[in-house]
Parts: sequence; structure tokens; C-alpha cells
Amino acid sequence: MNARLHRCGEHAVLVELGRLEEVVALYDALAADTPPGIVDLVPAARTLLVRFEPPTRHAEVESAVLAARPAGGRRVTTEEVVIPVLYDGDDLADVARLTGLTEREVAAAHTQTPWTVAFCGFAPGFGYMIGGDPRLAVPRRTESRVRVPTGAVALAGEFSGVYPRESPGGWQLIGRTETVVWDIAADPPALLRPGVRVRFAEALP
Amino acid sequence: MSGATAGEPRRALVVLAPGPLTTVQDLGRRRHSHLGVGRSGAADRGALRLANRLLANPEDAACLEVTLGGLKVRAAGDLLVALTGAPCPATVTSPDGRMRGVGHASVEHLPDGATLRLGVPPRGLRTYLAVRGGIDVPEVLGSRATDLLSGLGPARPAAGSVLPVGPAPAAFPAADLAPVPEPESGLLMLDVIPGPRHDWFTPGALAALCAEPYEVTPHSDRVGMRLRGPRLERARDGELPSEGMVLGALQVPPSGQPTLFLADHPVTGGYPVIAVVRDHHVDRAAQARPGQQVRFRLADGHRFH
Repeated sequence: MNARLHRCGEHAVLVELGRLEEVVALYDALAADTPPGIVDLVPAARTLLVRFEPPTRHAEVESAVLAARPAGGRRVTTEEVVIPVLYDGDDLADVARLTGLTEREVAAAHTQTPWTVAFCGFAPGFGYMIGGDPRLAVPRRTESRVRVPTGAVALAGEFSGVYPRESPGGWQLIGRTETVVWDIAADPPALLRPGVRVRFAEALP
Repeated sequence: MSGATAGEPRRALVVLAPGPLTTVQDLGRRRHSHLGVGRSGAADRGALRLANRLLANPEDAACLEVTLGGLKVRAAGDLLVALTGAPCPATVTSPDGRMRGVGHASVEHLPDGATLRLGVPPRGLRTYLAVRGGIDVPEVLGSRATDLLSGLGPARPAAGSVLPVGPAPAAFPAADLAPVPEPESGLLMLDVIPGPRHDWFTPGALAALCAEPYEVTPHSDRVGMRLRGPRLERARDGELPSEGMVLGALQVPPSGQPTLFLADHPVTGGYPVIAVVRDHHVDRAAQARPGQQVRFRLADGHRFH
């Protein structure tokens, strides 16, 4: 593991890694066996933020991070969910144009490869999924939408995501699902947690 | 969870007017950041803790965070309350019409049916109203904090809201009054620790951050304080992939004008953080009003290069 450690204020260390896969592996290792004093782990695209509380100190957290033994490649979690999607999103035609595929081929590509949630961000329960068909990599929309509906299924960069509730958003919308991905009454409240594997399936109208 | 015996009146705060912005807050949510859930909680955590200590509550009991006063509540049942944070003129009107002033950072009796009114604080921004037993609205993910960015937590109290009060703790208040310094109304000094991304800026940027004051702009809320002052120049172009953010982070968008992240800051952000304000100074920052000046200074043991 080639990690650069940056101290981030009094109570956090930002671990910078080369690739998302390394972030995922380190997150898995620390989440499975969290050293004392660490209260929050925030995985992101190239970094893992490790937040701790006194009396734990930076040096102890840095040692614990460097001592972690991330499993190469294989994830500890094997949970898999299936999300039925109706592929009729407002940006489906744009995505087809951008990828050179037909709309049907976009739907097929989205369903044929399993995705994995790498990290959450943007909003509670918004999982950034990776591992999909590389042909589906598209830029964000040039203009964000003020309102993206709950359950919108979207693409941006190498990621796919499902909007957990109505919010602004700049991703390309390819479809929608009725699967509830965020429910504060559930434990855990997020369906799409880091490590969860996702298969999209085409739903019929 | 009620410790009240049968037949006792249900104790509550009944909101008659919420003022410009009142929210229920405690010390926030932990262990949910990986789901995209931020910590939230009181913007001035020290003030919330103090209010709870005065009443012998657990330090993290839920209180009302009142921005720029204006709150009016009626007691249902006999209550003990304390006000901390920004000192504001406050009065209690008893059911028989008698009025009296309420001290700051002191234990005050609010009899059944009495009304408590908070005026506008002359200094500071956020006043905390704690009640012995704590505000007992349902928890969301382990906290009663309202996160105005994500919408998690209890709804904002409005006129007519009834906020139940929890059972009184076993311990009794040990002091009637806590001597506390007034919030500063002039230049506010805030200690910063460089990083994690100060290397994204020109070598002089940290010195520029600490050289002259920044003004708190009106575009400031519980998410962050937007500041106006010396422009912080980037040494690198390009995008920073979004990364985890901490309370007190000074995030610098392309404008070069930093935003100081407060309680409801986003879990991740895509602009580099040049420095982080020390924890106990974030509380002070949370009391700064729009138009007030803040000045950053390197925390002990840190250097510009």
C-alpha cells in the first residue's frame, strides 16, 4: 500500500492512496477491525478520511493505518442487492449519443455487469458505484438539474448512482427505480453501503 | 423512557414563536459518515455542553439553538432552564402576569404556564436554551440534531410545536451560575493548523491567510461561513477528487475566498482545504456575525513552510 498521510486538523488523518481500489481495501480492513479511538471513516475516490477522538492522537492513528493489512482485491462483504430499473431517463438519449450505443444497449450494458458501492457522499445514502461496463463512462451534465426525483438512476464518470431522495443533481439520468435506497427507520438506513454489490435488472413498464 | 410517574403532567416546551431560525441540537451523529451522513449538532458545542452541565444533564442532551433571538416558549409543567452562548435579553412572564429578567448562564425556574422570551443578542449569534431533562424528540440515527444540509433530524420548531422534555436526571445542579466570557464583537482570532492541502496553494498563501482579517459575509449559515478577504492563490490547476471534510476546514473554491465549514458541513468536498481551525475556536467562529472580522493565526508548533 502506497499511502501518503496528511494531518487534517486536530482530530483526523487524510490517507491519500493511488487508486480507488486501494481506498476500498483499506476502508474494508479498518471497518472490519476498527482501532480504538476512531469514530468515523470517510472513503472517497482517492482518499480515506479517518476521524478520531481524544485521548487518541494522530501518531497512534497513523501507526494503525500503516499497520492495517488490506486484503488485495477480495472484499470482505459479499452482500448483493438487485435493483429493478425502468430505463426511460431524461438523459438516456444523450448517454446513447455520448457512448455511441443505442438506448437499448445502454440499458443492457448497465445490467450486464455487477457494480460495487465504493463510497457514499453527496447526500445520505447516495452510493458511488464502480466496476460497471467501461463504455458507460460519461461526463456530468453541463448544467445541474434543480430537482432530480427520488429513485433516479444515473451515470457520471466511472460511477453509477441512485438518488436517495429528491435533490439537485448533475448526473446523467438513465432510468428510475422504486427500490428504497435510504430509509432512516431501517438499520442500517442505507441500502448502498460501501462494499455492497449491486446488480441492476431491467424492469418492465 | 419516561421516568415520570403516572398522573404527572407531561412536561414540554410549547413554541409560541421560533424567531428567525431555531433548531433542536445535541452533539450530533457519529459513525455514519461512511453512509454520507454528517455529524451536525450544535454550532457552538461548548455553549451547549455548558448549558447542560448547569442543569446536571448529560453533556449531549438536546437543546434549542436559537439564532439571533426571537424565540418565545411556554412551559408545560415546572421546568428548570439555562441560556448559554450569545447572551440576549430574556424575560419570564408568569401566568399571573408578573415579569422578571433571566440571567445568562444561570439556572432558572420556568413555572408551569410561564412564558420565556428571548430578545436579539447584542453580541454573538447563537443562544442555547437547555431544559433539565433535555428535549425528548425522537432520535434519528442516534442523535436529535437537525442537519439543515441533508434534512436529517427533527423538523424545525414552528409556532405551535410541542417539544417534550425528558425525565430529570438523578443528579442535581451544583452551581446557580457559570461565569463565561462575552462573545467577542470585534476582531476574532482563530487558530489554524495547516493542511491537508496547503501544498495546492502558492508558498505565500498560508501567510496571506494569516496576514489580514477576513470579513464574515451574509452568505453564512450552519453549513459554513463564507469569508471575504485576501485571495488565496492556487499553485496547481486541475480538479481535486472529492474527499472527506472535517469541521473547521477552510475550503477554498476557485474564487480564492475561503469557506469555514461549520456543524452541517458536507461529508465530502471537491475543493482543497488549506488549513483547519482548531476545535475550540470553531465554537468561537460559530458566534461571529455577518460583517464581523476574523483573523487566522497559525496554532502553536506550526510554521508557514
